Amino acid sequence: MAAPPTHLEYLIYVDPERCVGCRSCEIACAVEHSASRDLFGAVLEEPRPRPRNKVVPAAGVYVPMRCMHCDPAPCVEACPTGAMKRTDEGFVVSDVERCIGCRTCLLACPFGHPTYDLTMKVVKCDHCVDRFREGLPPACVEACPTGALRYGRAEEILDMEKVRRAAEMVLGVAEAAVVYARPRRVPRSPLAELRRMYEEVRWWE
Amino acid sequence: MSERPGSERIYERLMRAARREFYESVSVDPTVAGLLEKAERDGVETAWHRYLAQQPQCGFGLLGVCCRNCNMGPCRIDPFGYGPQRGVCGATADTIVARNLMRMLAAGAAAHSDHARDIVEVFKGIPEGWAKDYQIRDEEKLRGIARALGIEVEGRDALEIAREVAEVLEWEFGKPGEEPLRLVEAYAPKKRREVWRRVGIMPRAIDREITEIMHRTHMGVDADPLSLIAQGLRCALADGWSGSMMATLLSDVLFGTPRPLRATANLGVIREDAVNILVHGHNPVLSVKIAEAAEDPELSKMARDLGAEGGINVVGMCCTGNEILMRMGIPVAGNMLQQELAIATGALEAVVVDYQCIMPAIVDVASCYHTKVITTEPKAHIPGAIHVEFDKARAMETAREIVRIAVENFKNRNPERVMIPEEKCELVAGFSVEAILEALGGTLDPLADALKSGKIKGIVGIVGCVNPKVRHDHGHVTLTRELIKRDILIVGTGCWAIAMGKHGLLLPEAAEMAGPGLREVCEALGIPPALHMGSCVDCSRMLIALGALADHLGVDIPDLPAAGSAPEWMSEKAVSIGSYFVASGLLVHLGTVPPVLGSKKVVEILTERAEGLVGGRFFVEPDPVKAARVIADHIAEKRRALGWPE
Repeated sequence: MAAPPTHLEYLIYVDPERCVGCRSCEIACAVEHSASRDLFGAVLEEPRPRPRNKVVPAAGVYVPMRCMHCDPAPCVEACPTGAMKRTDEGFVVSDVERCIGCRTCLLACPFGHPTYDLTMKVVKCDHCVDRFREGLPPACVEACPTGALRYGRAEEILDMEKVRRAAEMVLGVAEAAVVYARPRRVPRSPLAELRRMYEEVRWWE
Repeated sequence: MSERPGSERIYERLMRAARREFYESVSVDPTVAGLLEKAERDGVETAWHRYLAQQPQCGFGLLGVCCRNCNMGPCRIDPFGYGPQRGVCGATADTIVARNLMRMLAAGAAAHSDHARDIVEVFKGIPEGWAKDYQIRDEEKLRGIARALGIEVEGRDALEIAREVAEVLEWEFGKPGEEPLRLVEAYAPKKRREVWRRVGIMPRAIDREITEIMHRTHMGVDADPLSLIAQGLRCALADGWSGSMMATLLSDVLFGTPRPLRATANLGVIREDAVNILVHGHNPVLSVKIAEAAEDPELSKMARDLGAEGGINVVGMCCTGNEILMRMGIPVAGNMLQQELAIATGALEAVVVDYQCIMPAIVDVASCYHTKVITTEPKAHIPGAIHVEFDKARAMETAREIVRIAVENFKNRNPERVMIPEEKCELVAGFSVEAILEALGGTLDPLADALKSGKIKGIVGIVGCVNPKVRHDHGHVTLTRELIKRDILIVGTGCWAIAMGKHGLLLPEAAEMAGPGLREVCEALGIPPALHMGSCVDCSRMLIALGALADHLGVDIPDLPAAGSAPEWMSEKAVSIGSYFVASGLLVHLGTVPPVLGSKKVVEILTERAEGLVGGRFFVEPDPVKAARVIADHIAEKRRALGWPE
């Protein structure tokens, strides 16, 4: 019998260039972590389900930020009660029963991920571990309408990334120290165009 | 350990510096930073805070590719091309973007025109005898309107004429049949009407054009972006040349046609020693009466008895502010984004509102102070506000009741929480078409000559809102300065006009900032280089002026060295205004990007093909300096075509 899959075999691939900032992933995350697991049910629940992920504008693009499930994970190392722990598959999850609300993990996280809530204590991404066990992609990935979040076998995603990076180098849009490629114009996405238009007059960011 | 207090101080200083940068970055208006800081200190949130909290704003919405018009959806088109390219019904991005934009336009036209409907109602109430607190103030204007509509005026008294004018104008909203709108026939230049007839966009009835947009954008009706946009232009024309036009014409009849007068603008007009009442919204039917009620000796005495030595101080905001500014010289406190800051001064006893551009948030802001928000319109309630329905049949009585609430509230003001900015600026407002003609000596000849000789290179109408997407007032002020420098005369309305007033550009002295030709003309006539023409419905005044100028020169509007601009627009009304300017033959600049970038075809129709159809087109450029260059080039091109020196 083959060993069960682990987190190392799978990757969530985040492509900010494709993110339109619609926050569908945030809604899907909150629904997945609700009692009813249904949008119309979730909005009526108390405590109200919260998303674990958050789309933030940064460096001119939108980035859907989430838990990186580090290994070793600074939050797990920092947790004094063992509430922050690793599942058999390797995902970092927090156990509300053992959490004393010291919020050390919030400070330890290099990605600003966990949030704190009075009733639910530390709230963080569990990589939809239940769905993972059923062979399903995480809810956020499933909800993404543009492919800014993709999910698959690590090897396949990394191969795909190699191809993309190679294309960028050839097109001259990526930094490459030892490869010289003549730059060629790459079509801009309409969202990138929109951001560019406001460059001169934007007062924030 | 001894280092800690020091490092904490450094941290606090850094945090303060970061906040300071935020306060100072959002606006070029000198009152904003200080009041924003006070607002934060008082726990008040403003549109700028909420705008940041909304980031990132959904890209589907920004690009216009989200459709919620039926319950098979919502559907979204992937702008990157990886995901779905059609909605459930098969609508493409082109169809969805066009439908969404037309619904915005319809809402804008509805807002202007429904405002007009309220004014016609009061106007009709005069001959009917129930609108006792309103009079016909400008009978000459009334007779002019009647003559334009082909109504007999000789030997008839004003009330008789008013009755017939009201009937014709009321009929504009829902008249059946294919005949063009009466006001369009009466006021639009012949050359324009021929174009609209040829293109098939001659408007028939105001409500009908709005309804037809709602029908066409229903699931499974019009899928062709060009046909949708053509109907949009027809609806916009119904707004500009009839709905908005009617609001302007009748407001002049009821409250007087504006003539140039001096007043002051910006939050410094709020007074520490007086009961301050802010009137905010759009319809002068309310604001004029509030301003008149504040003159009531009994109420003034009551205010003084309560310790308000300065009596009652009515100040305006947004377009209703413009209406009473240009007719009564009532000071204007600011434009749309300053509504929360006005309350955060802690010195407003009441904010009296009717409709449009009133942020529901003002009720929350007011709850941090003693300020009472009073809604007056049956169609505009805000939870948490006091509702005193404005009964037009007993207008003065209702107005006095509202003013009394404000006066009685003075005792609840906490002087420790009051901070009124010092900044206020003098201005000259009230350049109606009639007033401009008077300034020119009764004929368009001096203006035509100045244009032909090149002393004035062209005319640009700047309108519209303010929008937290861009620095408050920055687009308005920069674009205006850049254009007057190039000898281009500016006329404008709405929040632009208030921005100009606050920054000193509505003073004859501002001619110093203009190019030598425009400066000479302004100094000779004693007018500012930027003319305050009124509220947003008064964009119709610009249509009349442009039509008259084109007729005078024997050309069509698209031949004129002229353009329109909405540098900081946000409201759906601005979509309608921009579109009726385009349909009337003007190049129209937009300083914030409309939700259309999801469809290349819609962008192409709005920015290119429209010109071939109606003579006008849109262009989008958030940077006001670059926009000024494009506008100036366009004007130079038009001058070349007319054979006038550049």
